[in-house]
Amino acid sequence: MDDLLSARSQMAMSLGFHILFAVAGMAMPLMMATAEILHLRTGRAVYLDLAKRWAKGTAILFAVGAVSGTTLSFELGLLWPEFMRHAGPIVGMPFSLEAFAFFLEAIFLGIYLYGWKKLLPHWHIVVGFLVALCGLTSGVFVVAVNSWMNTPTGFDYVDGEFVNIDVWKAFLSPAFPTQAFHTAISAYSSVAFLVMGIHAWGLMRSPKSEFHRAALTIALGFAMVSTPLQILSGDLAARHCGNEQPIKLAAMEGLYETQRGAPLALGGIPDDEARHLKGAIEIPKVLSLMQGFDPEHEVRGLEDFPRDEWPNTLLVRTAFSIMVMLGMAMMGVVGWSAFLIWRRRELPTGKWYLRALVAMAPAGMIAVEAGWCVTELGRQPWIIHGYMRTSEALTTVPNLVWHFGLFTVLYVFLGITVTILLRNHVFAAPASGAEKKEGR
Amino acid sequence: MGPDFFLYAIATALVIYVLTGGADFGGGVWDLFAKGQHRERQRLVIERAIGPIWEVNHIWTIFIVVMLFAVFPDAFAAIGVALHIPLTIAMVGIVLRGSAFTFRSYGLQPDATRRRWGHLFAWTSLVTPVVLGMTLAALASGEIRIEDGKVTSSLLAGWTSPFAIATGVLALVLFSLIAAVYLIFEGGGEFRADFRRKAFATQIVAVVMLVVVYGLAHLDAPEFAARLDASPYIWPLRALIAFLAWAVLAAIKNELDWIARAATMCQVAAVVVGFGLAMGRHLILPDLTIDDAGGHEATRLAIAPALVFGAFLLIPSLYCLFAMFKGSPSSGDDH
Ligand code: HDD
Ligand code: HEM
Ligand code: HEM
Repeated sequence: MDDLLSARSQMAMSLGFHILFAVAGMAMPLMMATAEILHLRTGRAVYLDLAKRWAKGTAILFAVGAVSGTTLSFELGLLWPEFMRHAGPIVGMPFSLEAFAFFLEAIFLGIYLYGWKKLLPHWHIVVGFLVALCGLTSGVFVVAVNSWMNTPTGFDYVDGEFVNIDVWKAFLSPAFPTQAFHTAISAYSSVAFLVMGIHAWGLMRSPKSEFHRAALTIALGFAMVSTPLQILSGDLAARHCGNEQPIKLAAMEGLYETQRGAPLALGGIPDDEARHLKGAIEIPKVLSLMQGFDPEHEVRGLEDFPRDEWPNTLLVRTAFSIMVMLGMAMMGVVGWSAFLIWRRRELPTGKWYLRALVAMAPAGMIAVEAGWCVTELGRQPWIIHGYMRTSEALTTVPNLVWHFGLFTVLYVFLGITVTILLRNHVFAAPASGAEKKEGR
Repeated sequence: MGPDFFLYAIATALVIYVLTGGADFGGGVWDLFAKGQHRERQRLVIERAIGPIWEVNHIWTIFIVVMLFAVFPDAFAAIGVALHIPLTIAMVGIVLRGSAFTFRSYGLQPDATRRRWGHLFAWTSLVTPVVLGMTLAALASGEIRIEDGKVTSSLLAGWTSPFAIATGVLALVLFSLIAAVYLIFEGGGEFRADFRRKAFATQIVAVVMLVVVYGLAHLDAPEFAARLDASPYIWPLRALIAFLAWAVLAAIKNELDWIARAATMCQVAAVVVGFGLAMGRHLILPDLTIDDAGGHEATRLAIAPALVFGAFLLIPSLYCLFAMFKGSPSSGDDH
């Protein structure tokens, strides 16, 4: 494995690892605070029990998220010093604000996790919301950096140097609104599906459990709000790509030829040599319609761009298809749930329904990973689109494959451990005995 | 706007990190050295003391990293190359330590397994500060050379000398000292007396290590040592450190715990400040000062107010957190 590939793989692995914990850090505090509000409103102990159990699981996720995030900040310098040397001052603003968001988030989390007895219940809930808010803002700030890599603005490029820097313009780069919206929502929808799946499994094992029922209710609520927004924001993201990152869109859609009335292709394998999407089903004019609300809208294909600037079309197209398919499946589950609730006026707990939820548990997380592959691989070969190639950003330190190997072992070990610990939490006996008191 | 403001911001963050995050490392060291029949009880007290605050404390490192690449990007890039190996080791240490700590506290696992997490936490708490200290010493060693923005020295330069290793050990000892002094406040009776004894002994080791590091600096980091000796503040600083070191010992003997705590904090801060005085405006001695560390005027002008704004939110929140969990002796809240 050469150094560039090792470094890229390591970056991808570290980010792919971190994002799983980051989304939990963004969404879980909101779900815990919701459970606490329900406890305050209904007085039922099961909600408090739920909030406390979720809090313990979240504490684990949060710690791993924090240490993997810290590693990432250092890795930017350890692997991509040339990138940071030029980009650091330009994207310093979102990163600096992010640092403060982290501070506040960690402060409120400490108060939340250890302050159950020290705070009045409603203050505890307020702190929970503050954790959620800071998590959301820190996520949005870091996405601002990534958006800038995709659509760099806020500087002039003169003789290989970045000058006349405007940090605020760099912060609000063209990709920022859609990318921030789509990413923020993805935290809630992916975590909601994971939580639904876990507690649906719990309900299959012990159908009378009020605990799992309460958890499922809250998570389903989150999924029903966030999933439609996820699809909507994905649509906006795709249209943004068409306007601002046309080569990425062309790779996602497997479109080689620039054309009016471009078809929407389903499936298919891109063949860069033949410049053709093999074996796809094409729906005429739909891509043009989606991109420009006009069946004759012109969509640019890969042929418009120099061959050495193409991303890996196979990977980008595959990742994009996975994301969209999972998005559609998630929407299907949400629609089914809405139908069942409308019919029966209660939480659906049918066998096949619960099985479907269990099967869909990882869907959101996989979609998140796939979506990031679209964004990052779709930007290749650039690290700063149009200005710096990834290969130019690489460190001069040799033998990076060792570095990659070391962190792979570390993260696999941590991933397995966290999975075991969370399983213990979900299936441990309820702490407050609320189960017995309320069990039907 | 000149870059000095940011140098002071980084220095302040470093001092705070040493006084807070450093103590969290030290707590792990005392976990490792917990002995006797009250061993598990001691470990629990340490765990409770660290639990609510460690995640906040370690964000100071992130703040320093962000300031470096936003304002001193050439320094950040050079450090990433020259100190690749020790920083990678430190990363592994930080990841394992934070995870192991949380797995032990929240793990819902059999006691034997949790004890194993405890050992991992304790050992990584021991190793990581040494590596961090070695990294800092490397910046002062004069061995990391940079020409035209490219690192020309080897990947082992600076951080493998006896001076660097001694500095690493000094960092570990100072962290343990701070932790011991803070822990006096966290438990009752026998626990207090025990940590007074530990703090006293650690202080003596710390003084010895200070002298050793100072001596080795003259051998391995001559430019740094010369700058230290030439500083007009060096005599007052030496006198201050000596006085504070004595004050800590005297206060511990007389069970004046508050004074011991304050004096220890001042003493450790003074050591860090002394390091900063000798470095002057250098980020890497001798080739890189804050004036040629890259960066842009526009970035500095924009980030400075953001730091002030952030501090307005941060300081009251930090105060709340520490007032809640460090104001009175730990009450053993459930979590
Ligand atoms: C729950 C997860 C999830 C789901 C169901 C979807 N996405 Fe997504 N998508 C993401 C999670 C995600 C993401 C991980 O959050 C990404 C990566 C970067 C970003 O901005 O969001 C992303 C990126 C991303 C991009 C690239 C943006 C860029 O590089 O600027 C596009 C065009 C879409 N998505 C479009 C869609 C469409 C049309 C979907 C409809 C079904 C969809 N996504 C469902
Ligand atoms: C957390 C979600 C993210 C995931 C899962 C992710 C994924 C990836 C992947 C798959 C690569 C490898 C690309 C390749 O093989 O060429 C990569 C590279 C990279 N990403 Fe991201 N990314 C994420 C967010 C970010 C953000 C927010 C930043 C901004 C700081 C960022 C910065 C980078 C850098 C510097 C590289 C290496 C250079 C490159 O290959 O382009 N990523 N990431
Ligand atoms: C889109 C991608 C990302 C999102 C949404 C995200 C979000 C988050 C969130 C919500 C946290 C809080 C801790 C947790 O929940 O576990 C966190 C932690 C952290 N992240 Fe990320 N992050 C992303 C990518 C990155 C990148 C690229 C970096 C580094 C440059 C980074 C650096 C950090 C650091 C240093 C922490 C630790 C903060 C703490 O101790 O609380 N993150 N991230």
